[in-house]
Amino acid sequence: MVSDTLSSENNTGVNSNTDNWGGGAEPFKASYGKLMIWYFLLSDAFTFTAFLVAYGSLRFSVPTWPVPDFVFSAFPGGIHHKPLLFVTVMTFVLLASSYTMVRAVQEGKQENKNGVVKWMIFTIIGGLMFLSCQAWEWTTMIGTEHVTIHQNPFGTHTESGVYLMGDGHDIKEGDVFHAGQTYLIPYHDGEYKPLQYKVTEGPEAGIVKEQKMGPKAFGALFFFITGFHGFHVFTGVIFLTIICLNAASGIYVKRRNGYEMVEKIGLYWHFVDLVWVFVFLCFYLL
Amino acid sequence: MSHLTYEESKGIAFKTIVILAIITVVEVTFALFGKGYIIEGLHLSHVLMGGVMIILSAVKAYLIMYEFMHLKYELPGMVKSILIPTVLLIWLVIALLWEGGYWNTSRADVVNPVKIEVQDNK
Repeated sequence: MVSDTLSSENNTGVNSNTDNWGGGAEPFKASYGKLMIWYFLLSDAFTFTAFLVAYGSLRFSVPTWPVPDFVFSAFPGGIHHKPLLFVTVMTFVLLASSYTMVRAVQEGKQENKNGVVKWMIFTIIGGLMFLSCQAWEWTTMIGTEHVTIHQNPFGTHTESGVYLMGDGHDIKEGDVFHAGQTYLIPYHDGEYKPLQYKVTEGPEAGIVKEQKMGPKAFGALFFFITGFHGFHVFTGVIFLTIICLNAASGIYVKRRNGYEMVEKIGLYWHFVDLVWVFVFLCFYLL
Repeated sequence: MSHLTYEESKGIAFKTIVILAIITVVEVTFALFGKGYIIEGLHLSHVLMGGVMIILSAVKAYLIMYEFMHLKYELPGMVKSILIPTVLLIWLVIALLWEGGYWNTSRADVVNPVKIEVQDNK
């Protein structure tokens, strides 16, 4: 209601709906829209916390979990074994778009229409770049590494041993591995083909075993949580586009509260960045 | 709301983004350092690694909320109404991670049951 009120209608007297939300003073000296976007973000934070806590407790509940710097080590252009490089790039893209958003809000305070539009376009480009990065990451995981929501070929060795066969890429027959190393089970002809190895240490030394699939929940948690975050980014890009077009049309020049819509989408956009800080922490750093 | 001039807030935004970028680089470098990617064979303890990562991420969250989202410049009552509920979540995180650890040990007990010798005195 507040943001839709045009200045021409409201220059005189007290309007019960716009000046103080119908009470007597604005709660926290904040406009209705701004306070409500904060409380929406608070409830959204609860949702994300629930997901990340579920991830954490399931991760703690299994003996081994895929090591992130092994799982996330691919880079576009056929580059492999660059642990965490690609997700760091993604983080920088999102951080940069957060900065351009701050600039857009500041230009809005200056009532500088062209400045707002310019910096919002940069923010939209940043959001689209992040989404493209995520699309590539997902494509690699689904298409190349064959992780699904109920199958996880990323297992972790619990004992040291020596491979009795190679996978044709990185692992050769006779390669030695240690407990705690994560492996990716090869996949061809529509099937996972676990490699055989001989245990070299511990009470079961000498026994021949096969690679086991990793914890099942990994794929579902990864796709669901990064997907939910990506969906927030996607929604953000759509709203940024709408508000950018509105700003360009000059509609906010006429509004009493000026560029407050830019500020509100800014809060949402920074929240998406804030959530990424914790997704980054839980999935990639720890 | 904000008593800062345009030029001042521009400067703060730039300073904040530079600090955020530096913290991110430090986090990634430390994650790889602690797992022996930079110095061969060096492994730091999980508790130390996790602690440092969580503290650095908390600093990032603080900067994003207080500077980018302007929480620093809002009334204290509004800040509290947002932060107090989130602080309560820390309990949830600790409780459920603890529970997760318990599932792990009880899973091991199912696979390898603890055998108790019972003395027969008859």
